Amino acid sequence: MSLPDGWVMVIGLEVHCELKTATKLFCGCPNMFGDDPNTNVCPTCLGLPGSLPVLNHEAVELAMRIGAALNCDILESTFHRKNYFYPDMPKDYQVSQYDEPINLNGWLDLPDGFRVGVTRAHIEEDTGKSTHVGGDGRIHGATHSLVDYNRSGVPLVEIVSEPDMRNADQARAYVTELRAILVATGASDGRMEEGSMRVDANISVRRSENDEFGTRCEIKNVNSIRSLGRAIEYEAARQIALIEAGDRVIQETRHWNEDQGRTITGRVKEDADDYRYFLEPDLVPLDPSSEWIASVRAGLAVLPATRREAVAAATGADAAATAVATVVDLELDRLVIAAVDAGADGRIALARASNEVAAEADAGRALDASAFTALVKMESAGELTATQAKTVLGELLAGGGGDPKTIAAKHGFEAMDTGALDSIVDEIITANPNEWQRYKDGDGKVTGFFVGQVMKATGGQADGKAVTAALVARAKG
Amino acid sequence: MSPTPSTAVDIAAAVRAGDVSAAEVVETHLAAIDAREAELHACNAVLADQARAAATRIDAARAAGETLGPLAGVPVALKDNMCTRGIPTTCSSKILEGWRPPYDATVVTKLQEAGAIVIAKTNLDEFAMGSSTENSAFGPTKNPHDITKVPGGSSGGSAVAVAAGFAPIALGSDTGGSIRQPAALCGVVGLKPTYGAVSRYGLVAFASSLDQIGPFAGTVADAAATYNVIAGHDRRDSTSYMEPLTPISEADLAGDVSGMRVGIISELLGEGIADDVKRRLTEAADALSAAGAKVEETSVPACIYGLSAYYLIAPAEASSNLARYDGVRYGLRVDADNITGMYTATRSAGFGPEVKRRIMLGTYALSAGYYDAYYGKALKVRSLIARDFATAYEKFDVLLSPTAPTTAFGFGAKTDNPLAMYLSDVCTIPSNLCGDPAISVPFGTGDDGLPVGVQVLAPALGEPALFRVAAALEGSAP
Repeated sequence: MSLPDGWVMVIGLEVHCELKTATKLFCGCPNMFGDDPNTNVCPTCLGLPGSLPVLNHEAVELAMRIGAALNCDILESTFHRKNYFYPDMPKDYQVSQYDEPINLNGWLDLPDGFRVGVTRAHIEEDTGKSTHVGGDGRIHGATHSLVDYNRSGVPLVEIVSEPDMRNADQARAYVTELRAILVATGASDGRMEEGSMRVDANISVRRSENDEFGTRCEIKNVNSIRSLGRAIEYEAARQIALIEAGDRVIQETRHWNEDQGRTITGRVKEDADDYRYFLEPDLVPLDPSSEWIASVRAGLAVLPATRREAVAAATGADAAATAVATVVDLELDRLVIAAVDAGADGRIALARASNEVAAEADAGRALDASAFTALVKMESAGELTATQAKTVLGELLAGGGGDPKTIAAKHGFEAMDTGALDSIVDEIITANPNEWQRYKDGDGKVTGFFVGQVMKATGGQADGKAVTAALVARAKG
Repeated sequence: MSPTPSTAVDIAAAVRAGDVSAAEVVETHLAAIDAREAELHACNAVLADQARAAATRIDAARAAGETLGPLAGVPVALKDNMCTRGIPTTCSSKILEGWRPPYDATVVTKLQEAGAIVIAKTNLDEFAMGSSTENSAFGPTKNPHDITKVPGGSSGGSAVAVAAGFAPIALGSDTGGSIRQPAALCGVVGLKPTYGAVSRYGLVAFASSLDQIGPFAGTVADAAATYNVIAGHDRRDSTSYMEPLTPISEADLAGDVSGMRVGIISELLGEGIADDVKRRLTEAADALSAAGAKVEETSVPACIYGLSAYYLIAPAEASSNLARYDGVRYGLRVDADNITGMYTATRSAGFGPEVKRRIMLGTYALSAGYYDAYYGKALKVRSLIARDFATAYEKFDVLLSPTAPTTAFGFGAKTDNPLAMYLSDVCTIPSNLCGDPAISVPFGTGDDGLPVGVQVLAPALGEPALFRVAAALEGSAP
């Protein structure tokens, strides 16, 4: 989407991700999604009188991984209480990091090289989950509410970006890349649909890049990367329309309504909310040793950007190519790298991995790399046509592996010798003189017709590229 | 069988030796409660059935040849802001109506493991906010020495339980003097341990950075025995000391103070401290001198700002700690048309006036635009006070002051004037702000014949020195 008259939008994102710890942030209750309501609770995560928090070591480890992956300084930090009343928050305050977060001053590079600043990535506890019954599902107009505290006290890291993004594509790319990093580091499973990753977008507009920032709105309730793009574009257009009509943008929280495709006003922030932050007296400062920080940095998983570069180097593709991103996102890059390392053709390996294997990604992640390698080698040696290779690959994926040669033999796939193919091509040219004349006159569209006819005559065993080559040879003939 | 001894140490020894059964000990104390509870109202609940059952288990364990703990068969009264599984824990507030904790506080578990028997939950100022136990939603507790006088507070019920012989030991919590001041007014020993020495897990929070659980006892040795049982690291309390603590030894309790350097805090001898209390303090100092200690007056300048800092920090933390009493999950709920209305109606009906006053004070002190001037400044004062005490402890092993400015006062004497009431804690508050330990030891009486307490203060983890001096004072008390 392009904005009218040189308008510029400014986007900053706040991403909350649930950490994939075994237990909650301050107690020993399981950190599990989808269990029966109020089964994973104890005095601490229910905020019962007299209960106290004890910080989860694993949550700190995962938060530091996120900091390391986002090039942050990892620092001594403290916890504060953020005070406000809400029924799904059992203590009526949230324990969160405030002015001394664990991770500060990092960045994230998008696949196209654009760098987005990361202000901070701090630890906090999640709230419970309210279900408002009656009305339209929101608290206003509901007859009563049900609260599930299973999520109360689940560890979160909130990653706050700088307002560096200038269009919805960059915002989408940022969230996509961030999600891939969270998954790769094992910090989070990054499932937006389950709410384990939640994105709030701060959006403002201005007439030129040199102007001051405009008044921003915070968009909540964005449940997918696709919705994020739609919400940003809608909101920027709304703000521009307001200003051009002589109105002003009011700083507020707005909710994205997916069905209506628009943002709806939430709370107006006339004054800044007063959360009466103060140091959480029930916890001590968090001061990870330099050895611990060093071991987290050293043990960090290979990040998606590095893996994309490795796939690009192995296959000759561009690191920003969709196919490369696909195999890395779906964790199929090991198949490609293994095939190339074993001497198979990188281009074919990438094509098969990013298409047929990607379509069955779960099976693909379980696929034996040596079977995939053997298959790619057979195709690049001309022992299988592309069509045949896809058939064999389908069976490998369905069966979790096997010997591609055995599968090919079962189907009677074998390389067709050049003489047999030549005579079939000749027969088809003879049978279709009009089309052949058009082909010779340079009408490229009939190439497909001839390839299709040959495939039909050979039961799909012919190699499409060999047919094309034979046609070219005869036309020159 | 011999009659039940009066101290915890002697009861445990007699129960272990089989000279007396735990059942007899419990009956003796239930009889004492029966005799005076109606008059004194020290207890929110008397746990007769539970205590008898616990005594039976201890007697059976002894019969089976099991080793009994250091407090075997010793009845203990618990301030009713410590969680007891399945037993109402009210904080003397209407807002916790009907709430039964699903768990025991760590101190309760430790006491029970040591063989102690919980016999009663005691009355307190609502949520431990007060200095007279007049702020209880269930009515005031009376001073057993003169039932027209307050017992002090907020742990008034626990102080009275020990003073009236309901139990040889009790636990209280001390946020600004709530153990030491009622101990002084009731003529018993009261210890506020070093912050972090005793787990707060299961203590219903008032002001988390100041709250500390400690014992009441009739004797210094019983206070030490109780401290030794309840102190130590608890993995459920992040602010509890990781390092092993030095237990109080027999040698400490011998009370040898020769060569010890004792400083009398001059700032706590000035205006507002009654003459009869000052006289007892001077006598106490003289007694320590006579026993070989080097005693002199010293200045802890920032001490005088303690009260002001405390009445910003404690309410600020309280405003957050008490937010959870919102009617959503437990305790009182007063229904209304919407959630905000329900919160307001519940909290308006459930909290008493002093609790509301402190929530308002604390909310204000933390608010945007006021934080720096109030809460932020109070934190700075807090570190100044800690610095001045640290300086004093370069020259002195322990410090000495009155525990409370006066002996027990009459009911209603200070209820209309919160500031006058707050001044009751002027001597005790500094230790909470520093996190240092302090103990109140009975030392004679005032002109009215009511008990006077002397306070001994020590640096963090200085409990052994504290008990050494306390034992010496106990031995020389008039």
